[in-house]
Amino acid sequence: MSRHTLFGGAYALAFFAFLFGPLVIMATTAFNSSRFPRVAPWECFTTGWFGELFGNARLMEGLMNSVIIGVGVVALAVPIGLAGALALSELPPKLRSMLYTVLILPILIPGVVLGISTIVLWGQITRGTGAGFLYNGYFLTIVGQITFVSAYAMLVFIARLQRFDATQTEAALDLGATPGQAFRKILLPFMAPAIGSAAFITLLASFENYNTTVFTVLSESTFTTALASKVRHGTDPSLSALAVIIITLTLVGALTNEAYQRRKEAEAGGRASRSPLYANPVTRALTHPGIVFAILVTAIGGITYAGSQYDSSVCEAAVLQEKLDRQEELRAEQRARIEAQEAEQGVTVPKPDSAFGGAFGGVGTPAAPAAPKPESPSAFGGAFGGITAPKTEE
Amino acid sequence: MPDQTPDRIPDRSVLLDHVSIRFGNFTAVDNANLKINSGEFFSFLGPSGCGKTTMLRCISGFSEPTEGKVLIGGKDMAGVGPNKRPTALIFQHLALFPLMTVAENIAFPLEVRGVSKKERRKKADELLDMIALPGIGDKKVSELSGGQKQRVAIARALAVEPDILLLDEPLSALDLKLRQHMRTELRAIQKQVGVTFIYITHDQGEALTMSDRVAVMSRGVIEQVGEPDRIYNRPRSAFVASFVGENNALQGVIKGQSGDLAALETPMGTFEARVGGGRKYKAGDEALLFVRPEQLIPCATENTFQATLSRQEFEGATNHVFAKAGDTELRISMVNAGLAGSLPGQGESLSLGFAPMNGTILPVGHMASES
Ligand SMILES: Nc1ncnc2c1ncn2[C@@H]1O[C@H](COP(=O)(O)OP(=O)(O)OP(=O)(O)O)[C@@H](O)[C@H]1O
Ligand SMILES: [Mg+2]
Repeated sequence: MSRHTLFGGAYALAFFAFLFGPLVIMATTAFNSSRFPRVAPWECFTTGWFGELFGNARLMEGLMNSVIIGVGVVALAVPIGLAGALALSELPPKLRSMLYTVLILPILIPGVVLGISTIVLWGQITRGTGAGFLYNGYFLTIVGQITFVSAYAMLVFIARLQRFDATQTEAALDLGATPGQAFRKILLPFMAPAIGSAAFITLLASFENYNTTVFTVLSESTFTTALASKVRHGTDPSLSALAVIIITLTLVGALTNEAYQRRKEAEAGGRASRSPLYANPVTRALTHPGIVFAILVTAIGGITYAGSQYDSSVCEAAVLQEKLDRQEELRAEQRARIEAQEAEQGVTVPKPDSAFGGAFGGVGTPAAPAAPKPESPSAFGGAFGGITAPKTEE
Repeated sequence: MPDQTPDRIPDRSVLLDHVSIRFGNFTAVDNANLKINSGEFFSFLGPSGCGKTTMLRCISGFSEPTEGKVLIGGKDMAGVGPNKRPTALIFQHLALFPLMTVAENIAFPLEVRGVSKKERRKKADELLDMIALPGIGDKKVSELSGGQKQRVAIARALAVEPDILLLDEPLSALDLKLRQHMRTELRAIQKQVGVTFIYITHDQGEALTMSDRVAVMSRGVIEQVGEPDRIYNRPRSAFVASFVGENNALQGVIKGQSGDLAALETPMGTFEARVGGGRKYKAGDEALLFVRPEQLIPCATENTFQATLSRQEFEGATNHVFAKAGDTELRISMVNAGLAGSLPGQGESLSLGFAPMNGTILPVGHMASES
């Protein structure tokens, strides 16, 4: 191997480590039972954080809201974006560039400004027209997000429209189609892939938006805003669990899409058609995007089920026990030190009245910490009880 | 008039009544005034950019004339959209629908008219039989060859059952062999369906071989309308004479005219030739004399002059000879007489001449190469 390739390889490795390292670490912390997201020290393998995540009512409610808002935004932003792109393509060049700038502007305006102005504007409108019922987080968030999300959709459509041969529409008209029929039967089918990607992009943009939403959502919360406020109160590994879920969904989508694209290219007779994978009927069937998707979903389903059956309470109890033992050790040392001091000063204090005794659950009952149960009256028992909480859905 | 047909045969004529089409200050079609007869194969011939497509789009209804009227079947088409006109247009690049199969393409006109699926398929198969491509209905458009696409586009246009089929240089994307084959085929299809064909081309070979009549256009102006042989043999303007076929042009001054013949004084001598377009000239008028290369013959007895052979291109049946007479380069086509004949050699002096009826005197005007 030449020095060049060695350097190149090392560079690529470093680059990928930089890109994906944080994701890998975060995903790993989702399975560590430690209360704080960390890889080391590794305590116990656990799937409990997923349970905790789904058990978080505020997040789940936010997720529901996000879905409602996302669907609303897609349903409105996609047609608006399509209409904008079509209007642009019909205009003479000078007017087109002007209108283009106007339509793109919302992307450039800070989301905070959009959010605040949405509240102000719709506050006035709803109060002025007596349509006060519209002044709620769902409606405001949908209209607020549409202002810029539809511009994303429009960009997708413009890119696709640029490849549209306008004589196709003319041919349809010439063959007797009404303008409506030409639109439905010629232009829309051509735009179909772009409509798909625009819907996807607008859904994502709506889902992950924070800047605008945090204002317009009023007293409600979306998944993103709920997440943000949760992080503000301190992070825990259930967020890592969320990351694992998102990464998994992305991977499934990307792999299925890749299988689909390769197959399409192979069918079009491209480079991929010469791949031996498509020659053998078994591997050919296996690489069908539907099959790929099914295999992935089955595998993930299996892993999820196995994970939900996994019980880490024994290990966690052992870790807890270890911690308690260590605590006890420290306490014993301290007591020895105090006793030595007292012996020096010649003062004797009755043991049960020790100041530490109350705080640490009774020094006089050394047997108590030996019980691994969180129900233990020990103060530590209460504090560490949370570790076993994810298991409550069993 | 050949269009005095019985009532049951529809009137498939097109009348351009003083049609002008302008884009801003630019006149793309200037005062076109002609009648295309029912069932005729009519061609517009002209160089690129002369306004052929503009004219066709105006007939099919994609644009309205700035001035004048378009009448189809005797009816004024003002305000009638392309989907309401009895015309079908075959686009320069065909505009087949790539997301549909061949059969769906052909049946599209029926689909938008609400014909049932079964009926549509039947009609598509019939049309595929007609264009001699049976059984390709389920193929994708991208799987077809150039010539097949061509024929599918024709079938799709005919599915409309149009009175007028408009074709915008449909053969320009094909290779020479296929183009020649498609010419014969187009002509055969036209005879079979009896529809008026309006054919646009910048290829004179296409226009002359297929058409009943040809209109030669230049810079938006229709220079001449007529049968192919009349266009070739009796050009009415310098442009037509120089654009259609090869021609030798000599500039000179009229010495006098008597009836159809006039005498023109040129640097190479004074020649007598036919006056094109029945025009009248005075002595002293500037004019151009056109003589076709195949009509300049050695050993002629009339209009003779001397020239020096400068170079020749051998092309099998004909031998293209280039000769200089004074400052003028002339082109002469000689039939290859085989081994029995003899070819002149380089630098040899030739005695050339032409019959007065084979020379055409035309007013000075722009020529094809300047267009
Ligand atoms: N929409 C338009 N706006 C302005 N000018 C136009 C427009 N359409 C055509 N022209 C002009 O009109 C002239 C004729 O164009 P046209 O397309 O009719 O040419 P054509 O004879 O079909 O040429 P070709 O053989 O290259 O297809 C050209 O000079 C063109 O620039
Ligand atoms: Mg054209």
